[in-house]
Amino acid sequence: MSETTNQLLDNLNALAAGLFLLTAFGIVAMRQIRGCLNLFIVQSLLLAASAALLGLRHQSEHLYGVALVNVISKPVIVPWLLAKTSPAEVYTRREIDQALNIPTSLLIALALAILAYFLGTPLLNSVGPDFRGPNVPIGIAGLLLGAFTLTVRREAVPLLIGLLVMENGAFLTGISISRNLPLLVELAIATDGLIIVFIMGVLTRAVQKHAGTTAVGTLASLKEAAPEPTPNEVTK
Amino acid sequence: MSVIVILLLPLVATALVCLPFKRNWAAGVTVGSSLAVLVLVARVAWLASAGSSVTAGLKVGMLKWIAVDGLSALILLLIAVVGSTAAIFSVGYMAREDLEPRKLLLYYANYNLFIFSMLAIPVMAEPTLVWIVVELTTLCSALLVAFENTREALEAAWKYVVLSLMGAAMALFGFLVLFAAMQAAGGGEYTWDGLVAAAPLMPPVLLQTAFLMILIGLGTKAGLVPMHTWLPDAHSQAPSPVCALLSGVETTAILYVILRLFPVMKAAPHSHAEVWALVLGLISVGTAAFLLLQVRDYKRMFAFSTVEHMGIILAAVGLGASAAGYGTMQQIVSHSITKSFCFFAAGAALLTVETREIAAVRGLIRKSPIASAALIFGGLGITGAPPLAVFLSEFSILKAGLSQRQYLATALLAIFIVIAFFGVMLHINRMVFGVEEGEHGPAAQEQSRGQKEKKLPFSCRLALILAALPVFVLGFYIPKSLQDLLTQAAGALSK
Repeated sequence: MSETTNQLLDNLNALAAGLFLLTAFGIVAMRQIRGCLNLFIVQSLLLAASAALLGLRHQSEHLYGVALVNVISKPVIVPWLLAKTSPAEVYTRREIDQALNIPTSLLIALALAILAYFLGTPLLNSVGPDFRGPNVPIGIAGLLLGAFTLTVRREAVPLLIGLLVMENGAFLTGISISRNLPLLVELAIATDGLIIVFIMGVLTRAVQKHAGTTAVGTLASLKEAAPEPTPNEVTK
Repeated sequence: MSVIVILLLPLVATALVCLPFKRNWAAGVTVGSSLAVLVLVARVAWLASAGSSVTAGLKVGMLKWIAVDGLSALILLLIAVVGSTAAIFSVGYMAREDLEPRKLLLYYANYNLFIFSMLAIPVMAEPTLVWIVVELTTLCSALLVAFENTREALEAAWKYVVLSLMGAAMALFGFLVLFAAMQAAGGGEYTWDGLVAAAPLMPPVLLQTAFLMILIGLGTKAGLVPMHTWLPDAHSQAPSPVCALLSGVETTAILYVILRLFPVMKAAPHSHAEVWALVLGLISVGTAAFLLLQVRDYKRMFAFSTVEHMGIILAAVGLGASAAGYGTMQQIVSHSITKSFCFFAAGAALLTVETREIAAVRGLIRKSPIASAALIFGGLGITGAPPLAVFLSEFSILKAGLSQRQYLATALLAIFIVIAFFGVMLHINRMVFGVEEGEHGPAAQEQSRGQKEKKLPFSCRLALILAALPVFVLGFYIPKSLQDLLTQAAGALSK
């Protein structure tokens, strides 16, 4: 392929990766749960786009496979599975009481993204020139922002999405630096992601049935300190 | 070939369990398949103890990544042993009247799936596949942790899933970077052995990053402090036979994956894997030892003891694998068998008194001598009282530590072990021999005499005896074949 095409593909990949980072920020800040899910779908599509572009750039059929697996599993099957397993009520909810307010969360997220850049640089310097790209620092940022989402969110679905964002981040790095991973393994990882959604959906439904809430982050009765009777227990 | 059968049996059992037969059908199938797996695993372990690596013999699909060496065989054996005793214990423990048949079916189906996912960890030799089956262990056991369907159990299951999967995502990043490091070193087969071979040429930054991410990520699931917070919850809320599996072998199997990286790190120049292991291990042991003093729930107590033992194993690796290799393997074995026994004992106590509160259980010896004897035996066993199995392994680790001239670390380890001993025995002593408030009043005495002694189901008693045997015997006698297997396993660690 000519030099200009390669340049173009690299730039497009950088654009996809940049938008990927933006969606990760969006998921940290978005209060509507439906919106969170939509942002996650966009993010997965961007991950697939990045895989396809890198596949074109390096003539790797294997990356097309990764792109295909991502297009099918995350934007299509994940929402379907969630709708099947978890109570419908979770989508209509707005999460008001986050552990941190949105501006603070975004500032911390920004700091994490900068940290990811510094963490990614030494990694980039030790892989071959063929494997370099914006995917590595942005993938690490995805990992960190996903973890951050997990710590500030309390509703079940955003927590699940936080986990999947972490996995997306790991993958975004993976398609750049370890792109020869056997496709069989990628397929198994994708299947695994679906089982995660299934199990967490089932758990969410059970929590809603027994505790009357889908804000699983607020469950905190297991600890070493003396248990304080919750209103529920008093009436029992 | 037999390795494939080992993996297939639990899956077949899962399918069979779902057939609508009589109430005892599911339990019978599970016990049968566990025992069959145990026999097959014993054969594989026998082969591996002679130093040969057992493969599937087929080169198709994922099967080509199956390889069982000494270390894998040891973990496989532990999973099979605890899987069998826990299956036997389940028969009696789960035979509660209030349980719907559907629930029971769900329990056994999940149980077999969980066993399958654990057996697959040591069998797979390709790191990313190992990562996938580690994920599967979390997912298959999540519903078992939530089995009781109480608010607490659901909270525990949720914490367990979220934290384990968060760790798993970090570990996935680590494994992908490890793959990149391998490519940078010129490629080769991405297996545990291939990694060791390629390690000297790997870029140190990539290898170190991968190691730390995997250590933190999988360390979360192995229950290392400070990522342990989910462990006492999940390991106390699940039904007792499941706790025995979670605490006894699941954590060990995860730690095994971390241990697999140590030969790789050792083959690379200037890696400080041992220092990380020692520091993280000592922090875990110390924190768990002090938390053991203030637990209020006796199942949580044994769960914290698991955190402590994971720390001991990791610290033992950090003390210098050449000397502590055999001791580490011994510790892994003795912890698994003793901890599973402890949870059976806790289950027996729970069946008798129906509460997990330490403060609510006093004078257990008068209500159930069997559960009391089991609790005392388990408590003494897990805290390393002579002449039981843990004593022997902890002793050899401390001895190895001294011979490596790691005086400070060894002394700290010894102090923490002693604190844990007092913590556990204090609670158990109160539960078993403590005097109940108001017990001396005539009315209370009348009442306690009127209570009928609850009898433990036969299968529970059988499982207790079967699980107690190795705890006792391995304290003073290790059979030659097991010794060979331990040596092989230690060899794989210091390759």
